[in-house]
Amino acid sequence: MSSSEPAVDDVLDTPFFLRWLTAAAASVSREAARLTDLDAAIGDADHGTNMQRGFAAVTEALEKEPPGSPGAALILAGRQLISKVGGASGPLYGTLLRRAGKALGDAERITPQQLADALRAGADAVAQLGGAAAGDKTMLDALFPAVEALGAGAGSFAAAGEAAEKGALATVPMTARKGRASYLGERSAGHQDPGATSSALIIAALAEAAR
Amino acid sequence: MTDEGEKELVGIVLVSHSAAVADSVAELAKELSGGGAAPVRAAGGTPDGGFGTSPELIAEAAQAVDRGAGVAVLVDLGSAVLAVKALLAEGDELPEGTRLVDAPLVEGAVAAVVTASTGADVDAVLQAATEAYDYRKA
Repeated sequence: MSSSEPAVDDVLDTPFFLRWLTAAAASVSREAARLTDLDAAIGDADHGTNMQRGFAAVTEALEKEPPGSPGAALILAGRQLISKVGGASGPLYGTLLRRAGKALGDAERITPQQLADALRAGADAVAQLGGAAAGDKTMLDALFPAVEALGAGAGSFAAAGEAAEKGALATVPMTARKGRASYLGERSAGHQDPGATSSALIIAALAEAAR
Repeated sequence: MTDEGEKELVGIVLVSHSAAVADSVAELAKELSGGGAAPVRAAGGTPDGGFGTSPELIAEAAQAVDRGAGVAVLVDLGSAVLAVKALLAEGDELPEGTRLVDAPLVEGAVAAVVTASTGADVDAVLQAATEAYDYRKA
C-alpha cells in the first residue's frame, strides 16, 4: 500500500474534503475542453464550460464561508453546483454531493468506509432523481463502480479512481437511454459519455487529496 | 398573501429552456383563460439571457406567485425537470405546497391557469393539467 492510500482505521477531516473539492475543481478546469468535445458529439456541447463554472463557484464559496465539517463542505458544494452549473449536470452533481454530505452528518472526522457509504447514498439519489440505472450511458456508469471499489477496498482511492475511469470508458459502446443523448438512439454508441467522464475526474481527485 | 376574505389562488410557474417560449406560453395561457386571475410567472432560460434552466429564476418565480394556496410548476425538458425536482428535494427553496406537474407545457399551462383562476385547489389544478395528456390530436 502506497503512502497515498488511507489505512482502514484512517480518518478524513475537513481539510481533506477541501483538498478533494479543490483538486476536483482543478481537474474539471484542466479537462473542460475535452468534456465539451465529448458533449459536442452526443449532447449540447456545454458540459466542460458548465462544470468549470460550477466548480469555480464551489471553490469560491468554500473560501468565503469555510465549512466546519466534511458534511457541511459537501452540502455547500452541492448547493453551488445546483444553482451554478446549468443543464442537467447541476441538479445531478448537486444531489450527489448534498446527499453524501447529509449522510455524513456533522461528524468532524470520518472513516474511508463512511465516505464510501455516503457516496453510495449520493449515487443512489442521483439514480432516483434522473430515473437512470447502470448501463444507461450516464455518470452512474462511473460512480457506481467507484463506490463499489471504495467500499470493497476499505477506502482505496486508487482503486476507486481506476474503477471510475474503467466505467467511463465502458460507456463508449453503450446506447444512451437518458438525457439529450437518448434522442440519438443507436447513434449515441461509439462516444464516451461526458458525465461519466467528469465523474471519473472527480473520483480521481480523491487520491490527489490524500497525498 | 391576498387580502383577508379573498380566496387564495394557486400560483403557476412555467419553466422552459427558452425565455421566449416560457413568456409566450404564459401569455397564451392567460389569454385563453379569459385573462384569468391566477398568478402566472415565466421562468425561461438563464439569468444572462441564454438558453438553459436556472434554479434561481425558478425559485424567484415560485416565490412571486405564491399566495399560500400552493404553486404548480410546469416544465419542458430534461434539466428543467431535474432542476425543479432538486429544488423540491432541498426542502426550503420553494414555497410550501409547490408541486412539479406531469403535463405537456402548452396544453398543461392553459388547463392549469384556467382551473387555478376558478379558485380550485392545487390538487385540482394538477389533475386538470395532467389530463391534457389524454387529449389526442390524431
